[in-house]
Amino acid sequence: MNIVVFIKQTFDTEAKIVLDASGKIDANGVNLIINPYDEYAIEEGIRLKEKNGGEVTVVSMGGSRAQEAVRTALAMGADKGVLVSDPGLENTDEFGRAQILAKVVADIPHDVILAGRIAIDDGASQIAVRLAEALSIPSVSSVIKLEVAGTQATATREIDGGTELIEVSFPAVFTAQKGLNDPRYPSVAGIMKAKKKPLKSLTLADLGFSAGDLKMVINQYSLPTPRKAGRKIDGEPAQAASELAKLLREEAKVL
Amino acid sequence: MAKGIMIIVEQRNLQVRKVSLELLSEARKIADQTGESVVAVVLGQGIDELAPTLAASGADKVIVIDDAKLAEYSTGAYTSVLNKIIRKEEPQAVLLGNTAAGKDLAPRLAQRLGIGLASDCTGMEIDSANFLTFKRPIYAGKAFAHLTSNVRPIMATIRPNTFPVTPPDAARQAEVVKEAADIDQADLTAILKEVAIAASKRPELTEANIIVSGGRGMKGPENYSILEDLADVIGAAVGASRAAVDSGWKEHKFQVGQTGKTVAPTLYIACGISGAIQHLAGMGSSKFIVAINKDPEANIFNVADYGIVGDLFEVVPLLTEEFKKLVNE
Ligand SMILES: Cc1cc2nc3c(=O)[nH]c(=O)nc-3n(C[C@H](O)[C@H](O)[C@H](O)COP(=O)(O)OP(=O)(O)OC[C@H]3O[C@@H](n4cnc5c(N)ncnc54)[C@H](O)[C@@H]3O)c2cc1C
Ligand SMILES: Cc1cc2nc3c(=O)[nH]c(=O)nc-3n(C[C@H](O)[C@H](O)[C@H](O)COP(=O)(O)OP(=O)(O)OC[C@H]3O[C@@H](n4cnc5c(N)ncnc54)[C@H](O)[C@@H]3O)c2cc1C
Repeated sequence: MNIVVFIKQTFDTEAKIVLDASGKIDANGVNLIINPYDEYAIEEGIRLKEKNGGEVTVVSMGGSRAQEAVRTALAMGADKGVLVSDPGLENTDEFGRAQILAKVVADIPHDVILAGRIAIDDGASQIAVRLAEALSIPSVSSVIKLEVAGTQATATREIDGGTELIEVSFPAVFTAQKGLNDPRYPSVAGIMKAKKKPLKSLTLADLGFSAGDLKMVINQYSLPTPRKAGRKIDGEPAQAASELAKLLREEAKVL
Repeated sequence: MAKGIMIIVEQRNLQVRKVSLELLSEARKIADQTGESVVAVVLGQGIDELAPTLAASGADKVIVIDDAKLAEYSTGAYTSVLNKIIRKEEPQAVLLGNTAAGKDLAPRLAQRLGIGLASDCTGMEIDSANFLTFKRPIYAGKAFAHLTSNVRPIMATIRPNTFPVTPPDAARQAEVVKEAADIDQADLTAILKEVAIAASKRPELTEANIIVSGGRGMKGPENYSILEDLADVIGAAVGASRAAVDSGWKEHKFQVGQTGKTVAPTLYIACGISGAIQHLAGMGSSKFIVAINKDPEANIFNVADYGIVGDLFEVVPLLTEEFKKLVNE
């Protein structure tokens, strides 16, 4: 079974966001991690390989630092890495990126494609589904359980207020939701082995693109006005509860 | 010529979802300014009777696509049908709720149409040229991107609870058009075997007006009953922090935060939650925040509009009694 896992390197969840002089998100000095949902995708890919044989290829698109993310996935147990890096990727939106990533997959044998449910930075929750459409294959979003038999999978997906059970034939795309598995930590041996595993770098030209594609326009970025600490209600618990109820009704008018 | 604002309506068991009514209400306001029309598209089985509801909520035209194959949401069938409807109608804008179905459908539809998509927006305005512009939180609400598109239609999914619902006007009329479900065989590759909706008398977390949430301070799963009692008096949903979810007290679907649900209720009551940055990312855009925590230094008090420093096991039941009095007034 051939498995391709898409991973994005994102800001650490603790990161404070500031804008640089040109009004863009400033990545300077920010600690980078593998997008948390992509860790579930990597783990699921490795488990599928351990059970069914085959190969796991990890694909990431980003700056040169994204190499670290790919190496970590290799240390967890993936077999090969691909990094798409190109200055032309600046100013490429979800449509363009999905086209590029679809081109990458086209050259790798694939039965199962795994990605995260959402990237916690840009948070579009689009790339995996767009990629499936670009490849004309089915996708199942927000998967919490994946059962594979032969060339078919039954996926349990989270929906609002419940779950759905969906059956698809390969090749197919699945996006990982928390609950799918417990991702492993790379072992020391794994980290050593990862150094020797193949990591291929690709540019847009290698993939036959001259530049990215933009369907959307970002006019500007802004920061939220920070919330202010409000009022602490003092007094005995009974008194405080009564005062709070009164404030919610009369001042906030929410009850 | 591109025309109108199209709303892809979501319904379940003949109930139009609240977020769809929110979109119709807001689209109506914008259309009244720009002189455009509002087109509601609804897919399902046996859904004819929804047309008057959609008209009353602001639609000028209602397109009904009624077919057994559309009874339950499926990525393929819905994409197949809507791709053709959008190409035929040529709307200026296509709006969906950022629900489980909306998040799954919109990217595929956008890719097939070769257009952009603004996901999970919390703001929508018209600029001086009457173009729609959208505001969407990025980095879990720590920043916003303001975006638009020169490609038509412009498509966006809007976070539930972003816009208020305008009361329906039963006198409003709409043109009702029935379209056949034209589904390509190639789009029927994923088979829906089963849908399990957990029976709950409480609202869905992302759509709830009020959320009562409990963290590690709850000390155990059995204690959530005091939050549920409070919730049921005011019709609230119950949420949890990741610490509570990781402890196995609550399922992940109840987790609020950067790696859980993003919510924007009118009122969020945080009980025994310290206010970690990842938790705030999921609820920081709530209109009002109440914190009940025994630690006066807890970070949650830095964002709460109202706070009570105290033992939640004492305060919450008292608050439930106070809310009961208010509700019975
Ligand atoms: C007008 C516009 C201009 C933009 N300009 C820039 C820019 O200059 N620079 C910039 O960095 N971004 C830019 N972006 C953002 C960029 O398009 C998105 O980051 C990208 O499309 C992925 O979306 P997402 O991060 O929200 O991922 P999601 O769609 O939320 O990701 C879902 C999953 O897809 C996979 N995935 C996502 N991204 C990658 C990746 N890069 N590599 C491998 N797998 C991935 C992961 O498995 C992930 O969990 C721009 C966006 C717009 C709309
Ligand atoms: C990658 C990543 C993603 C994350 N995503 C999320 C996420 O999506 N959502 C999320 O919530 N967290 C998330 N976290 C975890 C986050 O960092 C915190 O660990 C978590 O939010 C803490 O939960 P808590 O506030 O319930 O627990 P704690 O921080 O332990 O706080 C418990 C609070 O309860 C109070 N308390 C105790 N007993 C009582 C009592 N009897 N009465 C009143 N108050 C009492 C204490 O004073 C304390 O303030 C994430 C972390 C990482 C690294």
